[in-house]
Amino acid sequence: MRRTRILAALGAAALLVGTAACGTDDESTSGSDNTGDTTSATEVEVFTWWTAGSEALGLEQLQGVLTEKYPDVEFINGGITQGGGSGKDLLQTRLAAGQPPDTFQVHAGKEAQDYIDAGQVEDVTDLYEKFGLNGVFPQDLIDMLTQDGKIYTIPSNVHRANVLWAAIPVLEAAGLPTDNAYFASVDDFIAALEKIKTATPDIVPLSVGGTWCQVHLLETILIAELGAEGYNGLFDGSTDWNGANVTTALTKFAKLMSFTNIDRDSFDWEPPMQMLLDGKAAFNVMGDWVPALLDSNDLVAGTDYLYAPSPGTEGIYDFLADSFSRTVGAPHKAGAEAWLDVISSVEGQTAFNKVKGSIPARTDIDLSSFSEYQQSAADSFKSDAIVGSIQHGAAATIQQGNATNDAVSKFTTSSMDADALAALQAALAAAYAG
Amino acid sequence: MTRFKRYVPPILLISPSLILMGIFVYYLIFGSVQLSTTSIHTFPQFTGARPHENVGIGNYLDLLGSEDFRHSLKNLLLYTVLFIVGTMFFGFLWAWLLDRRSKAEGIFRSLYLFPMAVSSVAAGVVWRWLLNANQGQRASGLNRLFQTVGLGFLENGWTTSVDFGIAAIAMPAIWQMSGYVMALFLAGFRGIPNELREAARVDGAKEWQIYRHVLFPQLSPVALSALIILGHMSLKVFDLIVSVTDYRVYTTKAPAVDMANYMNGGDYATAAAIGIILLLVVLVLIVPYLIHTAREDRQ
Repeated sequence: MRRTRILAALGAAALLVGTAACGTDDESTSGSDNTGDTTSATEVEVFTWWTAGSEALGLEQLQGVLTEKYPDVEFINGGITQGGGSGKDLLQTRLAAGQPPDTFQVHAGKEAQDYIDAGQVEDVTDLYEKFGLNGVFPQDLIDMLTQDGKIYTIPSNVHRANVLWAAIPVLEAAGLPTDNAYFASVDDFIAALEKIKTATPDIVPLSVGGTWCQVHLLETILIAELGAEGYNGLFDGSTDWNGANVTTALTKFAKLMSFTNIDRDSFDWEPPMQMLLDGKAAFNVMGDWVPALLDSNDLVAGTDYLYAPSPGTEGIYDFLADSFSRTVGAPHKAGAEAWLDVISSVEGQTAFNKVKGSIPARTDIDLSSFSEYQQSAADSFKSDAIVGSIQHGAAATIQQGNATNDAVSKFTTSSMDADALAALQAALAAAYAG
Repeated sequence: MTRFKRYVPPILLISPSLILMGIFVYYLIFGSVQLSTTSIHTFPQFTGARPHENVGIGNYLDLLGSEDFRHSLKNLLLYTVLFIVGTMFFGFLWAWLLDRRSKAEGIFRSLYLFPMAVSSVAAGVVWRWLLNANQGQRASGLNRLFQTVGLGFLENGWTTSVDFGIAAIAMPAIWQMSGYVMALFLAGFRGIPNELREAARVDGAKEWQIYRHVLFPQLSPVALSALIILGHMSLKVFDLIVSVTDYRVYTTKAPAVDMANYMNGGDYATAAAIGIILLLVVLVLIVPYLIHTAREDRQ
């Protein structure tokens, strides 16, 4: 009896010591990780949400370029399988815990603001010098990345958000022109949607996905109604969110939503785009990551589908860009630098963007081997006025983007009457105030 | 010395779990309470790069004053009531049917229990298709089924209704958990000695009288446990909502979803405040139960 008691006591003590030992063990390894080697570029941990489809293939390409340029740097994929939202949660957890990846993906522009303010990303202005990037990115883009004379991220690729996609067979059935899908104003677009609704009642005139797709649609309407300058002014206080022109834009947005599929809220962007492929919907406003899906369905621009700047936004490029940072306290600083060199280099941007379907942020890349759409987008990127996307983090901080999503969902799930519209406008004004 | 021998070994034995609980449950609750009284509404404030201050119960007042959070609470209440009533009803009904010793009891038992083995996220994706809001020509899922069997008047927008969208989320939840409640009640039925039924029959009780006066009263502890388990589960509803609709769809928002959304934007103080509010609501439910069982044990 006595012996069992002693044994039990010993067992308990051993357990305690065991757990305590585990605790210190973990701490010591993480500690050494943090202070880690800052000189040798043995590896680089890259955190992205490029984990599927053309994005994952593009990341593989970048990895290939890294191995070529820096054979002694080992690539470690710190990516996660969830989409952007949960990915950012995990990233923030790691940053807050002091176990950062060496470099991470962030939408270029305001979305990086929180990381900058929190002192989590380093100033990389010196790398722009070192890699000779100052002359090769468009000045509009550099201006949007610069804050108090410092640049914190380097863009790898650029997407355009304000693109209207149209299904030619559906346009034909409704008796609409099938050579050009550009509408000079939102009102013209509404008239065309009206026509589809009357001619082919079973067709959804404008397909749209869940909350974020609705915000995406709204921002293109705001651009059309306010113009590039007026739209940009929404984010520096020179355009009033409570103004009459914003009210008009919101009213037209509400009108457009009345032409959409009512099962929109349970979708990401692909199912609504699939409605175009299946001949069940006529139009969709979505960024230019769409062609990958269309190509995989063997559809050809001009015969099966049309693309054009979204209604009323010709000459304006609503951009979003992925960019990379160098993390403060990165265990492998030289590795991070190698990665930033790769993603900003001609080889890296060419290999990556060809696969992903976006365009290089550099303007000095030979595009002859890129797709026709990419070439036209790159031309516009050089000549158009550039504005930043709200939904995709170029013009709005994470919190502003979240508040916009909440307000828009509250609006589009309501009856969208005058009261709801006033509430939406007030919520938007509050989100972007100060 | 004997006292020492009597107390120390047991204390050593339970101390690992006590310490782990202390750190990972109670210390973290304390941490959340503390966080919820600060003005940490952005990442920079969380990492200390920007200053923050103590705001006392300010975050709680803001939340309760916000129309959107009250909408979430209203959704949670509606969901909880529907979920509990639904699962208790079907769980009890199935247990009662099975208790009559049907031949295929094994098959039915597995059939009813099976949905519980499906993860909420997988179930959510399937129900997302079933609860498609389209009606008429474009209908699919349940709405299409209603059309085919001639119940077209039942077609509706499911999760798209601002007032009752959350009720549509309760359907998959009821489907998933009814089997569990059935198992609880079935165990309850089987735990009642046969002699009691026989004695009642000898006394001339009719079949439904046996249920009404002999069996049901003995099931009340089971019913209470089921209520507690379902109640605290429903208050934490999150995975079903985000897989049937999404994080930011207004019609189906609930406090746990709001909490995730605030965290995503770096508003840890408000997220912590929601967590504490949920904890308090659960306590309101659990504490009377704990007192009740403690009293019974003493007796």
